[in-house]
Amino acid sequence: MFKEMNELFNWAWLIPFLPFLSFLLIALVTKRSKRLSSTISILAILTSFGLSIAIGLGVIQSGSQIVDNPVLTKVNWLSIGGLHIDFGTIIDPMSAMMLFVVTLVASMVQIYSIGYMHGDPGYSRYYAFQSLFAASMLGLVLATNLLELFIFWELVGLCSYLLIGFWFQKVSAREAAKKAFITTRVGDFGLLLGILFLYNKFGTLDFYGVNSLSQQIQDFALVGGAGYLTLMAVLVFIGPIGKSGQFPLHVWLPDAMEGPTPVSALIHAATMVVAGVYLVARMFFLFDNASPFALQLVAGLGAFTALFAATIAIAQNDIKRILAYSTLSQLGYMMFALGVGALTASMFHLMTHAFFKALMFLGAGSVIHALHEKQNIWDMGGLWKKMPITGTTFFIGVLAIAGIPPFAGFFSKDEILAGALHSGHYVIFAVGLFTAFLTAFYMSRLFFVAFMGEEKPENHPHESPWVMTVPLLILAFFSVVGGWVALPEHGFGYFVRYGEFHPHEMDWMVASVSIIAGVLGMGLAYITYVKRVIKAENVVARFPGVYKLLKNKYYIDEIYLWLIRNVMDGIVAKVLYWIDLYIVDGVVNGLAAITRGAGGALRRTTTGQLQTYALVIFFAVVVIYLFFALGEGQLSALNPAAMLGGVK
Amino acid sequence: MSISVGLGSYLLVGAMLFCLGLYGLFVKRNIIAILMSIELMLNAVNINFVAFSRFTPWADLGTSPFIGQVAAFFVIVVAAAEIAVGLALVIAIYRSRRTTNVDDFNWLKW
Repeated sequence: MFKEMNELFNWAWLIPFLPFLSFLLIALVTKRSKRLSSTISILAILTSFGLSIAIGLGVIQSGSQIVDNPVLTKVNWLSIGGLHIDFGTIIDPMSAMMLFVVTLVASMVQIYSIGYMHGDPGYSRYYAFQSLFAASMLGLVLATNLLELFIFWELVGLCSYLLIGFWFQKVSAREAAKKAFITTRVGDFGLLLGILFLYNKFGTLDFYGVNSLSQQIQDFALVGGAGYLTLMAVLVFIGPIGKSGQFPLHVWLPDAMEGPTPVSALIHAATMVVAGVYLVARMFFLFDNASPFALQLVAGLGAFTALFAATIAIAQNDIKRILAYSTLSQLGYMMFALGVGALTASMFHLMTHAFFKALMFLGAGSVIHALHEKQNIWDMGGLWKKMPITGTTFFIGVLAIAGIPPFAGFFSKDEILAGALHSGHYVIFAVGLFTAFLTAFYMSRLFFVAFMGEEKPENHPHESPWVMTVPLLILAFFSVVGGWVALPEHGFGYFVRYGEFHPHEMDWMVASVSIIAGVLGMGLAYITYVKRVIKAENVVARFPGVYKLLKNKYYIDEIYLWLIRNVMDGIVAKVLYWIDLYIVDGVVNGLAAITRGAGGALRRTTTGQLQTYALVIFFAVVVIYLFFALGEGQLSALNPAAMLGGVK
Repeated sequence: MSISVGLGSYLLVGAMLFCLGLYGLFVKRNIIAILMSIELMLNAVNINFVAFSRFTPWADLGTSPFIGQVAAFFVIVVAAAEIAVGLALVIAIYRSRRTTNVDDFNWLKW
């Protein structure tokens, strides 16, 4: 049985390959035909989706042995000296789960985009980039070694750049694309350093298999290498800080909302930004075997980001930016779940978050589409009546993220909070709980302001076409049922785990606390924005400083701008300019001056005096002769003294 | 005590001639005298060729017992050609510069 499954798993490379093929086809052949391009792209991703389901079922049938023995299929890609890099696929429950999530959300987003991007002049280009992104993301998920992962990691970053800047005629989109690319590059630099350190130490970059990192790191930790491992873990973690928008490299994600909304749903909510979480989970053996500081850093930074982003989201008015800050906050949730050792919970939240956040982004896209590019929630109002499907599905998403049972977010959030509490991280548990309350509050605020309340007469919203509402319904379905798989009897934790499987009952104490937090948050939003018992304006008037701080996102962008203007441009750049001018250029100019001076001096020897030349030639011959005859002695047969002496 | 006239004597004559030629090459100012000095050096070489050819056993010479003499004839022919070209150049230079002093032949520099 397991062997047959292996046969199936060996074909996993088709999953990223098909979208890549579709990218090539669209870019090279069919880009003139919009309908053909989108059809090819959607067919490719749907086929990948089918394959992912087959592989997911195969993994489930293989039983739990596959957790510790991932199925590796690889071919040698590069062999230089001792460096062997394979390209291949890794099939274990974690990657199978990611494959399912990525292909599902990508399929939904691509179908949705038929409606959303209708009439856009860059329609074919959009689908080409979407396919390339899907291929890269799936390749990243299936990567068997760090270098392969890094290549796809950069490729998804490139696709993110291309799609954020999709409407490149807009200055803000261009700026946002550059900001995203450069900010994540800062993190990638740390990741690359970590990869080099790991390779230097262990001579391999494979995750699993013979002599792989997972084996060597465990042995290395036993002989006291925890300190060195911590350095590498922290370096590797810098990558996820950039990619998954953790503080302080989170600034790019809200700006990334300049891209088309389906792109935000796919890349900047459901898939690419969780690549960092996935990387930490994949490399969990490194973090686990390092000293506790590594995981504490992950947990602390994650919890801080979760709270930090949630507080900003309260004061934002742009529908997409609220969702973006909510994404940051939820990514922080996943990170701190990893940090407290609750890998199962983190992966579970990654999955449910992908469903409900993609759902809400697509819902927001539907609203923006209906209102002709209006994004401020205060310009909306009463949309539920006019857009019943969008409104209902969006409400499901809000309930899911707010942690109301039986929606998906409740189960995963509960698992994370229980994980934090049971591992003794009480502060992080408290932060997580407060964040859950804030999340429920600001998401309900968004919903109540935009979808309820009185209609704005200048708006003439209409429900979106079926290509846009069907993906909403499918994602809503998963947002409802997606959580049940984690119930102990369904065994998500049986498959996606690190180390031993600990079956546990649901902790109803934690669950009820988190439900209370969610309900309180929603209730507070209800009485503030629907019943208007508490007037939001009065609260703002009471705490103008806090409001301004939140509204301006803690002035992080301004601080960065100030730092770049004054420290980078003002000091660092000047020092580097000086070094460039006088040391780098100095060396080059110095070499030129030496050459020039030597030439000037040597040309004086060309006097034009024939007899001087003859004299120089003569003495040169004498010197060469002496060198060989006396110095070397080997050519002493030519010694005329010996010759004359030998003759009578 | 009689001095046997052996290879050494010929080589000594050759070396002396060569040095005389070299000296002339270095110190003479007249271009014609310099060409003559070069001829002296070439003839010193010819003496060496002929002397080696005469005093080396046939077996060691390899192909021909007269190979040194033949080389000397070649040198004479080449020297004749060289002096012809050299004198032609001297005349050409003299026509334009009105001098045969090599110290004035110094415009080919820098």
